[in-house]
Amino acid sequence: MIKFFLMVNKQGQTRLSRYYEQVDLGKRPALEADVVRSCLSRHKDECSFVEHKDYKLVFRQYAGLFIVVGITDTENELSIYELVHNFVEILDKYFSRVVSAEAQIMFNLDRVHLILDEMILNGHVAETNKTRILAPLMVLDKLAEG
Amino acid sequence: MSDVVEKTLTALPSLLSLDSQSGAGKLSSTSKLGGLIRSITELTSKHEEEKLINRELAAIKEQVSSPNTSMRQMKEIMVRAIYCEMLGYEASFSYIHAIKLAQQGSAIEKRVGYLAVSLFLNESHDLLLLLVNTVLKDLQSTNLIEVCMALTVVSQLFPKDMIPAILPLVEEKLTNPKEIIRRKAVLALHKFYLIAPNQVQHIHSKFRKALCDKDPGVMTASLHIYLQLIKENPDSYKDLTGSFVAILRQVVGGKLPVDFNYHNVPAPWLQIQLLRILSLLGKDDQSTSELMYEVLDESLRRAEMNHNITYAILYECVKAIYTIYPKSELLEKAAKCIGNFVVSPKINLKYLGLKALTYVVQQDASLALQHQMTIIECLDHSDSIIKRETLEVLFRITNVKNVAVIVEKMLDFLKNVFMEPDILFLLYVGCFPLLSDTYSPNNEWFIQTMNVVFSLGGELMHPDIPNNFLRLLAQGFGSEEEEQQQLRVFAVDSYLTLLESDTAHLPQRFLQVISWALGEFSYLKDGLEPCKVTKLLAKLLDERNVTSESRSWILSAMAKLSAGPGAAALALQVSERYSSSLDTVLRQQALELLHLSQDPELHARVLPHGAAWDSFEVDSSLSFLDSFVSEALSQGAAPYKAPHQRQEELRQEKALSLEPYSISLPVSLSSCSITDRQSPTLLSMSSSLSGNSNELKAGTLKLEGVKRVWGKEGYLHQQDAVEEAAQVEEAATPALPLSPQQGGAESQQTHGDLTVVEQEKQKLASSLFVGLGSQNSTFLMGKSDSTSQQFRRKTRAADSTSSGVSERSSSSSHSSCSDFLHNNLLEDSQNSLNTQKIGVSNGTHEGPVTQSFQTTSKETSPFLDAGMVLVQPCSPQTELRDFVQPGSSGITQTSLRSQFPPELSQLPHSDISLLSSDHSLSLSACRAYRDDALLFVIILSNLKCCGSIFETFSTLIQVASLRGNALENLPAHSMSVCWYALLMEEPHTQVTVAGSVSYRAVPGHTQTLQFTDKLFLTDFIRPLTLSTEEYGKLWLSFSQDVRQNLKLIQGEGDPLRATLSALKEQLQLHIVDIIGSEGIVACRLLPDSPCLLHCRIHGGSLAVWLRSPLLSLPDCLLYYCQKTLEEC
Repeated sequence: MIKFFLMVNKQGQTRLSRYYEQVDLGKRPALEADVVRSCLSRHKDECSFVEHKDYKLVFRQYAGLFIVVGITDTENELSIYELVHNFVEILDKYFSRVVSAEAQIMFNLDRVHLILDEMILNGHVAETNKTRILAPLMVLDKLAEG
Repeated sequence: MSDVVEKTLTALPSLLSLDSQSGAGKLSSTSKLGGLIRSITELTSKHEEEKLINRELAAIKEQVSSPNTSMRQMKEIMVRAIYCEMLGYEASFSYIHAIKLAQQGSAIEKRVGYLAVSLFLNESHDLLLLLVNTVLKDLQSTNLIEVCMALTVVSQLFPKDMIPAILPLVEEKLTNPKEIIRRKAVLALHKFYLIAPNQVQHIHSKFRKALCDKDPGVMTASLHIYLQLIKENPDSYKDLTGSFVAILRQVVGGKLPVDFNYHNVPAPWLQIQLLRILSLLGKDDQSTSELMYEVLDESLRRAEMNHNITYAILYECVKAIYTIYPKSELLEKAAKCIGNFVVSPKINLKYLGLKALTYVVQQDASLALQHQMTIIECLDHSDSIIKRETLEVLFRITNVKNVAVIVEKMLDFLKNVFMEPDILFLLYVGCFPLLSDTYSPNNEWFIQTMNVVFSLGGELMHPDIPNNFLRLLAQGFGSEEEEQQQLRVFAVDSYLTLLESDTAHLPQRFLQVISWALGEFSYLKDGLEPCKVTKLLAKLLDERNVTSESRSWILSAMAKLSAGPGAAALALQVSERYSSSLDTVLRQQALELLHLSQDPELHARVLPHGAAWDSFEVDSSLSFLDSFVSEALSQGAAPYKAPHQRQEELRQEKALSLEPYSISLPVSLSSCSITDRQSPTLLSMSSSLSGNSNELKAGTLKLEGVKRVWGKEGYLHQQDAVEEAAQVEEAATPALPLSPQQGGAESQQTHGDLTVVEQEKQKLASSLFVGLGSQNSTFLMGKSDSTSQQFRRKTRAADSTSSGVSERSSSSSHSSCSDFLHNNLLEDSQNSLNTQKIGVSNGTHEGPVTQSFQTTSKETSPFLDAGMVLVQPCSPQTELRDFVQPGSSGITQTSLRSQFPPELSQLPHSDISLLSSDHSLSLSACRAYRDDALLFVIILSNLKCCGSIFETFSTLIQVASLRGNALENLPAHSMSVCWYALLMEEPHTQVTVAGSVSYRAVPGHTQTLQFTDKLFLTDFIRPLTLSTEEYGKLWLSFSQDVRQNLKLIQGEGDPLRATLSALKEQLQLHIVDIIGSEGIVACRLLPDSPCLLHCRIHGGSLAVWLRSPLLSLPDCLLYYCQKTLEEC
């Protein structure tokens, strides 16, 4: 099961966070700082999976942006690693021209959340088909324009 | 392709100029959100962040409350609030506006409203109830996109007890022509299944329909449910194996539309999900496994594409092949396939390969041979994660020949990670002893390795490890007696050497192990003077860094050694020093040491050398103290009271009692002696007896109470005779294994009433509890899903760790036996003093119910006095006062209450609150809690100062699922009280009472006043008093059950006890029994629907299991349990 999905920049600042398990608001910054620290300290040729407390972290770097996913022991690390990439590809498709990954996400935080919610629900992979994930959002955009 | 994207992204400057252009969307950078984002990116310190966000929050607060804010602006505000919360600053004031936005917005605004709700709130948040209506409306909308949104939010979070309200609508969506609606409906049902499995039990057939849906998306969604169902009960779904195999075959064969592909691999996550399901179905089942061999083989063959995702599938496939009933051909193929992983230069693949190897080698350790070079390489890998995973593999291929090398490698690893004591470290230290005792090449090596483990493991080591080790020493591990003795001598030798050098760096746990082993086995070594050992121990005792727990271990070791010549003198010295210690346990032990060292005969009897580890019998009920207690009581000692009861009394003493002192009960009651253990009615008899002890204390002399409890002299005599021996035995055995606690307990019990423990009952309770809870020492088996022989043997060893040693050694059982005793004591008092005294113990709580809750002996209770406890100012009261016209001077709670007829004022009841009113009549209501019904009391007040009298009035109550009938009408001049006895026929968390009063103020002109009020389930809950035995019978007969983990109240003392008593007080439950980490609780819903709770401490939470004959009673009750504990 997926426990949380984080996007953080190189400075360790959270740019998006989604928890699939109840974590108190007050405890989140500390947890995120912890998570980021253990990921940032990894060397490039060390593997992308880290044990952290009672869960595993799968992280992937895109330019200045890290995506970190916390998973339970029963989850397949590599499939999550690729799920992250699927997500980035969808973002890429939606924001057709990436100006700056981080700025794009910050200015469209709500939309990025909506895409993520279509893909992961309750900590389970709900949908991976790119067209289908984007469909509801596309309709909403069209409505907003019209 | 992935690389291309990655490169594109990497090539881009990461967040450089955030000028107006880079906002790149529909968002102008001059907007407030744009401003916030820019400020956030410019932050340099935590302090700045705090300032910025607080400013932002203030701005948002102002904006949301402005009536001019449009929905469009509100959407932007919500995103800003999401930012604030993301940075860790609570924006709770905006939650209600998020719900409003979801309700009133359209399209994207509505969606953002729902998004904000799902980010802000959690399942138990009260505001969530406000969302229900919006969701209901949207589910019925003709706009597909709104239906979609509603279904999405429902599958993210939804209040559990509102599920029935929307379930039909969601079910209906399963047949919607649009795939996306069907898919989301299935996902919503998955969510329902997770939070309330009982609610969706009836739609299992619809799950099957979803599985066969023509759209692959819907089918995929249904797999989530099936994975869960099959995990819980694989046997019921074996018939679906064929379907899953067929689906997998089609997916692997590329039959899905192209847009399901990821990098040309067809629906990889779907494949992984299917493989997981298959492995669950095929586990330990040959015939089912045979159905899937072919498709698994095909999966292995097809997955040759060189992409990460195919490796992810392969890994899952290999795991499945090694989980299901084995087929050698497939196993070989899978093992070969893993080879590709392990040798891959890609580090992530290497990791996964090693992880897969751990499964592979469990089946056949020789498979590791092919990869031995790679494994050796990985062992020295710079990445500690890889190293760790490699050790995991090695751990599973350990045998007699390689154990020395592997353990050495592991110890190296341990030394390196010592600075970061995390969970993996614990796991590793945990593995060693298990490893060593199965395969240790020789004794000396074993002892030395264990020495390293104990020194390294330090205080972080799981207590099971030393316990297990000591058990091993005491019990042996199946080897020859001679060899065993040799092992012990080795241990003694090496510990003596250790003690002679510097001991400051040794962890406490190790010191405890050392002292126990020395105390127990140093006699085995020829020529070793006990005096020498005692000296070393005495030296250790004086070390500053030794904790008092360790000191207690050392003292008991010294007690064992004190018999020898020379040692006695030293023992005298030590015991003199410690007999004035502030620590009572140490003081007790010092005294024991003194006695034992001076009386060799006693010593020989109490602490015989080399006694078998299980030769001691521990009388946990402490029945041998019965005669002692009775003697003390007859000499005028006060009966024992549990700490909570003492506190209670203290509290009561502070309040004035206006009740006349009660007449003491006739002595004849006491003729049923408490010592009559076999009597089945004992429990209730004794409890009713001691239940009165509180009342007695006020009115009568203590002596009288004693007399009553102890009854006829003849019986006492008889008992004395029988137990004389036991008493002598006790006096002579102060240093028995349980000594420190026993001593402590004894001192408590000098004025204690212990006699009520019946062994019978305990046996019953423990057998009952055994069936309910599961033993929980699986910690050592971090990955316990293995099936190999080697692993299983170890599990067993781990399971039995605590038992052996904790009974044998004097203080290895320190914590466990003190718990045990503690529980026994409490349990006693619980049973003997408190079983039926719910009234008393509930009396002091400060909930909505202001008066004590009386179930028995209403009349005799000293502190049930209407006027005394309850005058509390509260909001309804002030409301009422505001309302009341000045002329009708001060209708306060008290004056309203004074209107109560005597039979009502006796009952505990809630505050009086204003229901409804018009110019001439005001209605107030209050709930009175009678044992057999809830009384809904309506007080009618005439507000006309001119004194007009109502001619007639009639009231009418319409209540859903409640039964009610007017009991009485009491007309009066200005006020009148009438009440209704209500029962709840069908459990609901809350029900609304609506009614109207018709009256005639002017002749010929009838007026009607409407009112509504809410009643809660808890109003209808009453304690259910029954014995453990009755509980056990009932438990088995109930069909509805619900399990859930709840929050535990962490405070002083036992968390289980604290939590249960909090529940008891708030919800009027009855605690039947508490044993160890388990408790059973019972209650009934009026009129007489029982609900039983079984609570167990599991991890850091309270695992509650509710059973009842009524369908939704457990769910409803659970809701309140949860609520209560959240509020605590």
